[in-house]
Amino acid sequence: MEELLRLENLTKTFPEVVALKGVNFSVMKGEVHALVGENGAGKSTLVKIVSGVERMDHGGALYYKGNRTEICDPHSAQKLGISVIYQELTYVPELTVAENIFLGREPVLAPGIIDWKTLRAKTRELLSRLDIRLEPDIQLKHLSTAQRQMVEIAKALSLQAEIIFMDEPTASLTEHEIRTLFKIIRELKSSGVTIVYISHHLEEILEISDRVTVLRDGEWIATRQAGELDIGGLISMMVGRDMNHLFPPRTPGPPGEEILRVENLNRGESLRNISFSLKQGEILGFAGLVGAGRTEVARAIFGADPPDSGEIRLKGKPVSPRSPQEALKCGIALVPEDRKEEGLVLSMSVEHNITLGNLNGVCRGNFFINHAREKQVVDGYIKDLQIKTPLVTMEVRRLSGGNQQKVVVAKWLFIPSYLIIFDEPTRGIDVKAKYELYELMYRLVQEGIGVIIISSELPELIGICDRILVMHEGEITGELVKGEFSQEKIMEYATGGAYEKETA
Amino acid sequence: MKKKLPDEFGILIGFIVIYLIFAVVCNKAGFTSLANTLNIARQISMITIISVGMTFVIISGGIDLSVGSIVAFTGVAAAIILNATHGNIPLAIAGGLVAGILIGAFNGFIIARFKVPPFIVTLSTMIGFRGLVFLICGGRPVGNLPEPFYFLGGGYLILPVPILIMLLIIGGAWYLAKHTKFGRYTYAIGGNEEAARLSGINIRSMKVAIYSLCGLLSAISGLILASRLFSGDPKAGQLYELDAIAAVVVGGTSLSGGRGTILGTLLGALIIGVISNGLNLMGVESYTQNIIKGAVILIAVLLDQMRKK
Repeated sequence: MEELLRLENLTKTFPEVVALKGVNFSVMKGEVHALVGENGAGKSTLVKIVSGVERMDHGGALYYKGNRTEICDPHSAQKLGISVIYQELTYVPELTVAENIFLGREPVLAPGIIDWKTLRAKTRELLSRLDIRLEPDIQLKHLSTAQRQMVEIAKALSLQAEIIFMDEPTASLTEHEIRTLFKIIRELKSSGVTIVYISHHLEEILEISDRVTVLRDGEWIATRQAGELDIGGLISMMVGRDMNHLFPPRTPGPPGEEILRVENLNRGESLRNISFSLKQGEILGFAGLVGAGRTEVARAIFGADPPDSGEIRLKGKPVSPRSPQEALKCGIALVPEDRKEEGLVLSMSVEHNITLGNLNGVCRGNFFINHAREKQVVDGYIKDLQIKTPLVTMEVRRLSGGNQQKVVVAKWLFIPSYLIIFDEPTRGIDVKAKYELYELMYRLVQEGIGVIIISSELPELIGICDRILVMHEGEITGELVKGEFSQEKIMEYATGGAYEKETA
Repeated sequence: MKKKLPDEFGILIGFIVIYLIFAVVCNKAGFTSLANTLNIARQISMITIISVGMTFVIISGGIDLSVGSIVAFTGVAAAIILNATHGNIPLAIAGGLVAGILIGAFNGFIIARFKVPPFIVTLSTMIGFRGLVFLICGGRPVGNLPEPFYFLGGGYLILPVPILIMLLIIGGAWYLAKHTKFGRYTYAIGGNEEAARLSGINIRSMKVAIYSLCGLLSAISGLILASRLFSGDPKAGQLYELDAIAAVVVGGTSLSGGRGTILGTLLGALIIGVISNGLNLMGVESYTQNIIKGAVILIAVLLDQMRKK
């Protein structure tokens, strides 16, 4: 096999951090090459350099098809045949599939007049090459995340991409959608397209990739054949020490008194007759496919989208928060799903984000900020949660995903509450940060705080929960307690299978 | 690791450079004299006071186009109260300030409650209140004010009173922005409104408060102007909204919200004030002055963009 892309002595220094230190990285033509590492290991920076978003420091070199090349902007990367599919997809929601794929490169009949017939035909051809069943004329806003991602892949192909970087492509996909994506990746590979695959899902990596490169703290650690690796080995290379367990050990105590009881919660079409309870000392999980209504349950309890009807009792007392402000006053906290959109104010510092939810806790007379007290609180959480940040005054946008998530969690911990709902708390964060987060949840439970976790990662729910509720199309379709957990059972409930059996 | 400079540093350098240029060019005309320095400060005081309110609004992700109309409305309102009460100055001032707060609160309420873009809401109040103030006074300035009222805009307490008021407001606003819950919430709402809401911040009452503050400061400016003009003039304060926005933007505050500082705004207002004053001393007529001012605003924003990269 010939070499397609080689990076030599790649270094990138930002004002506050060294993101990459003398990394060597080589990709063969036609392989699926996985790039793994913890948050902040330098994966994203590497992608940004190859795609021309960032420039590398002096002393490094990039070879493409054996020739030394400079990539100074995204356009020149594209011309070489390098495409990137970012974690946060970039598309125009109001435009159609065809328009998005050929945006800026539409076939024309005359200058300024788009040749719609050719545009659609070309789009159909691309989609059929990938075996994707989508209409060229449907607007992107009507598609699911997975389908939008496929449009991006089609776009990369239309650009004659020879190498496609995929940054966390499965982060918001369901199991079924991941299967479809893998099929597409295999098809791309067989047609000679090279894939660099970045993910935190180690099982996926071992399944889909030919070779794996591990980065740690901005340094190259190893490149191996995927067949020679197992998950344990990968993890220890990533974290630099042996880590045999994905989940911390725990000895659950007997369930205590009831913290939360929800009766017949309804909200439009999205929630129907939701009833459940949570006892002190247990971790309750919510499973289900994307759009099953799990987040909606959390937002209803939290007052972000108040329910139309139903009853919520917190520690025996009926509550009906109509806004997050009221929910927080009652002692209900929600760590939201999307940290960038809902969890953090990216333009504010680490420090200011942590105290934002409970500023009264660091204020005199509920108005004047006591900066000494604030610093003390923030330093406490930074130490406690091991948040890696050079300065507490640094903008939170500059932190890696895992550290950003820890800032979000710190914010909610500083708000006194009886119940904390974590919505997809480990999305896009690395193994070690996940482990620490699980430990934290155990600690909260031990302290008597109710913990609910919503997650799309079934191994995670099975690994840490005492009880799992499964949702399907706005209803709770199944309940499993520890001992009867299995991915198959959960999936059965999540796809509505078991529910139909019951009503039949 | 590079040490990060304060946000206002670049603007400060810009101000010093511009000041030095005029100090050399207009040396003979007495640009650096105490009298002229006080003159510059007094000239910028009214716009600066409004700009302070505008800074909070813009940091919160909004805009307030109605400030100029509030200036006129509150000035006329005070003048009418003065005439009707035979010179009850405290009542007139209180009336003007309350009117300003109420218009601001109205802006904030509509924006927050009905989620109408601030640009549209304040454009409507700008037009509407300008019309209302003309209607109230029949298009003519309300004069015949009592002599002591002139103190507000023309008096001295060691420094000219408008400068004193401006300095007090700058100090108070700086403290409010940096050291209080109000300030922190303003930045949070402008940076990410949804995250702020989910953190338990009452967005609606914050927005009402922010726009009320802007209304209050515009009213203070309106009263000073009425005092200096010695009448409540329905034409007063026209285009003040643009001057205020210019000062805020030159001062490095981001129009997309979440970032900005009070000291930056002061520097922005100073830069614009120094340029106007210097050009006046050089005898440049107003058309050319506007061209230069426009260019300076553009350059300031371009430099700021480049610095951020």
